[in-house]
Amino acid sequence: MELAVALPAAASIPIALTGRFPNLRETVTLITALVVFVLVASAVPGVLAGDRPELTLTEFLPGLALQFRLEPLGMIFALVASFLWLITSIYSIGYMRGHDEQHQTRFYVCFALAIASALGVAFAGNMLTLFAAYEVLSISTYPLVTHSGTEEARRAGRLYLGILLGTSIGFQLLAILWTWTVTGTLDFTEGGILAGEIQGPAAAVLLALYVFGIGKAAVMPFHRWLPAAMVAPTPVSALLHAVAVVKAGVFAILKVVIYIFGTDFILQNSASDWLVWFAGATILLASLVAMTKDNLKARLAYSTISQLSYIVLGALLATQASIIGSMMHIAMHAFAKITLFFAAGAVLVAAHKSEISDMAGLGRAMPITFGAFFVASLSIIGLPPLGGMWSKWYLGLGTIESGQWLLLTVLLVSSLLNIAYLLPIPMRAFFGKPKDGTVHTRMREAPASCLVAMIITSLACLVMFFYPEPFYRLATAIAGAQ
Amino acid sequence: MGDIFADDLPALQVVVPLVTAPLCLVLARWWRIVWAMCTLSTWTSLAIAISLLQTVLADGTVSYAMGGWAAPWGIEYRIDTMNAYVALIVTGIASIVLPYAYRSAPLYLQKDRVSLFFALMMLCLTGLLGMTVTGDAFNVFVFLEISSLSMYGLISLGQDRRALTAAFQYLVMGTIGGTFVLLGIGFLYVVTGTLNMADLAQRLPEVTQLRTLHTAFAFLVVGIGLKLAMFPLHLWLPNAYAYAPSAATVFIAATATKVAVYILLRFVFTVIGPDIAYGDLPFGEIAMGLAVLGLLSGSFVAIFQQNIKRMLAYSSVAQIGYILLGISYATVTGVEASLLHLFNHALMKSALFMAMGCFFYRLRSSRLEDFAGIGRIMPWTFAAFVMGGLSLIGVPLTVGFISKWYLVLASLQEGHWILAILILAGSLLAVIYIWRVVEAGWFASPSERAARAREAPLSMLIPLWIIVLANIYFGINTRLTVGVAELAAQALIGGAP
Repeated sequence: MELAVALPAAASIPIALTGRFPNLRETVTLITALVVFVLVASAVPGVLAGDRPELTLTEFLPGLALQFRLEPLGMIFALVASFLWLITSIYSIGYMRGHDEQHQTRFYVCFALAIASALGVAFAGNMLTLFAAYEVLSISTYPLVTHSGTEEARRAGRLYLGILLGTSIGFQLLAILWTWTVTGTLDFTEGGILAGEIQGPAAAVLLALYVFGIGKAAVMPFHRWLPAAMVAPTPVSALLHAVAVVKAGVFAILKVVIYIFGTDFILQNSASDWLVWFAGATILLASLVAMTKDNLKARLAYSTISQLSYIVLGALLATQASIIGSMMHIAMHAFAKITLFFAAGAVLVAAHKSEISDMAGLGRAMPITFGAFFVASLSIIGLPPLGGMWSKWYLGLGTIESGQWLLLTVLLVSSLLNIAYLLPIPMRAFFGKPKDGTVHTRMREAPASCLVAMIITSLACLVMFFYPEPFYRLATAIAGAQ
Repeated sequence: MGDIFADDLPALQVVVPLVTAPLCLVLARWWRIVWAMCTLSTWTSLAIAISLLQTVLADGTVSYAMGGWAAPWGIEYRIDTMNAYVALIVTGIASIVLPYAYRSAPLYLQKDRVSLFFALMMLCLTGLLGMTVTGDAFNVFVFLEISSLSMYGLISLGQDRRALTAAFQYLVMGTIGGTFVLLGIGFLYVVTGTLNMADLAQRLPEVTQLRTLHTAFAFLVVGIGLKLAMFPLHLWLPNAYAYAPSAATVFIAATATKVAVYILLRFVFTVIGPDIAYGDLPFGEIAMGLAVLGLLSGSFVAIFQQNIKRMLAYSSVAQIGYILLGISYATVTGVEASLLHLFNHALMKSALFMAMGCFFYRLRSSRLEDFAGIGRIMPWTFAAFVMGGLSLIGVPLTVGFISKWYLVLASLQEGHWILAILILAGSLLAVIYIWRVVEAGWFASPSERAARAREAPLSMLIPLWIIVLANIYFGINTRLTVGVAELAAQALIGGAP
């Protein structure tokens, strides 16, 4: 476990050193990613069997240690992040070279550091460790977001760091310190640590400080950094802003709900009663905004904001089904959204198009890319036979369990909106005609490594419909323990 | 050395740098020899400080009678956990600054002036260490003047002619401060007839002339407040830090205000006692108000500075606000937070000012516009600056986080919600002013000066990175800092001298 965190961080050094030899550098990245994934995957059976291995690095404040602890929820996040790092590494080789990006060594170094901190978030054994890894993640991704170095990137970087650091220092740290003051512990404990220490409205305020303080979950009104971060190269948007960074956010909220508050405690104190509406509003509003965006990455970014709030909503409802749904949605959404971003990047590399209205007719030149896009869209919408259906199913069940019919409607309406903003894109690409009448005959598919990555992730969406077992079992291991 | 001197360590702590200073002038023509000698001398001081801290932690307070005259008649050097810890900060920073000064100090000084610079550094170190280890109130004043006078000299050696006005400004303010301290001590002497701090602490509760005592306390607080740049007595600080030679800025910024804070703590808690300071007199409320004003206005003004050294100087005003805030709570956690921040702020500010010195060495400017594009040209220095900045902001795994953690904790324990939020807001202001520099260095195309620059020399980079790594090390392993600060705070609040 410690290896899984340390390895990517350590690999950043050989990656930096081999910067002059791109092939060697990329080999180092790929091998590290593979080894990390194998390490994470090999821990799954043990965790399912009930093992909770712990590792204390150093006690850096009295009673507070830098500590890692494996548990099912972290396992899901770590599995998804490490697997998709491997795939993204394959993808980015084709993308970065095809796009002639500058400073590729810096890119791979920061990427490795970001993954190390994402895994640090996944394995964190207490809230302080999680917070530390969370902040390192914000900072190590800053050079990735501002990779192009343009004025636009600079402004986006300011917004990115401003919101993420602002919320985490302003709200989250305060919430952590508050928790520490009243309970004297920050360990993630099954059933929560707050019961009996804090009551009524104070619990609701504390929960709000956590939910808004974890700015990476992009609950409105703290969502602006995510669309801004889309100036980053596409592999960054794909892995970090569909998987590692944003999922670290919702994962942290789930951790707080399950292990700091405890779901029973939330329900007893009605701590989340008004917060669920923030999540509900974010789901709808972000979907509506997504429909107005012509830039493909911007549309995907708003779609991500909306989907993240599904997970937040599931966490806040705090019923068994909704928690299972949230956890599965971390995995399902990650695979689908990364495919969409891969496709967006492939279109950019091969056809140099970033606006949706310019993509009409491209489908015939790039069938694999848009095929993958279509499959992933279906998964986001939540249609069978794709993995996305399962998480939406459980989230819907969760709203029924807690009697929130209005929220169920929100989920259903949002699914319809998903159809409206996602499906026209592949449709138009396959059946539409370019505005100026040119036929894309000379256009070719994206580089092979990009295609391979897309095929793997879109197939994964399909496989996860028929075989959601590992994620489901990990999810029930937590929710069942409640 | 061996065991022969073991008993005399408290005296040697002050004597070693004191003796080195005149030797610098004797050997003035060979400044490299002077430099080597001074480096050796500070390293010896550091070794003494470490060994004293070990002794204190193992066996408790050490009392040393100067010249064999027993206290309270003779001068006593009295070392407990708190001042052993402060001495460690001062000598530790000095030991890093001196190697760094090898390239930085002779930048624009004439050869014989370089030796003068080192002589002043040694005197300044003597003064600061003297204030720290002495157990005699009048002795504090003497060493305060030694350190202040040498500081005026150091600042006036700056390259820019504005250094002269800055030094003069500080001279005027500093002298007023020194006089106030002297008056305060004089009043204490009048009512008790003793100058020994431990003795004072014992006799003061019996004093009936409360008005004199209160006046003495007021003079002391204002006088020391001038020295530690307590808002609104901080006006000398930005210019002094901005125009002093790089190595001097690092040393002064990291140590001088820290020792002044120590003296304040010593007088408030040990000599006068919290009953009078917080009970009879509204010291806690005043300190809290001034601390908040200082930390907000300092951070805010820092955002608008065009000279980066001035910006960091205003940030120091803000950081002193944090330290003062902890003291104003008069709780163990509060004072512990302040003591921690003494150490941690010394580390982060010296990292930042050392990085600035490296930039200045190549750019001959510390203006923001000349910084454009420097990140590509001096990557190691720039990375060090970013790390120092992150530590200042208080990102986890750096020392800044530890300070902030304890400070907010102390506020929450006392139920000061608003203050906790203000402390965190201060960090966010730090994000703004640090990131202005980072953006300029990282994104902008190189300025004319930057284009001609190259990476700083190794002899400056190594000390810089030692400090940067210390920022991380003590941010993860806090056993030394938190442990010692806690002991010292308990001893202070418990009232034991």
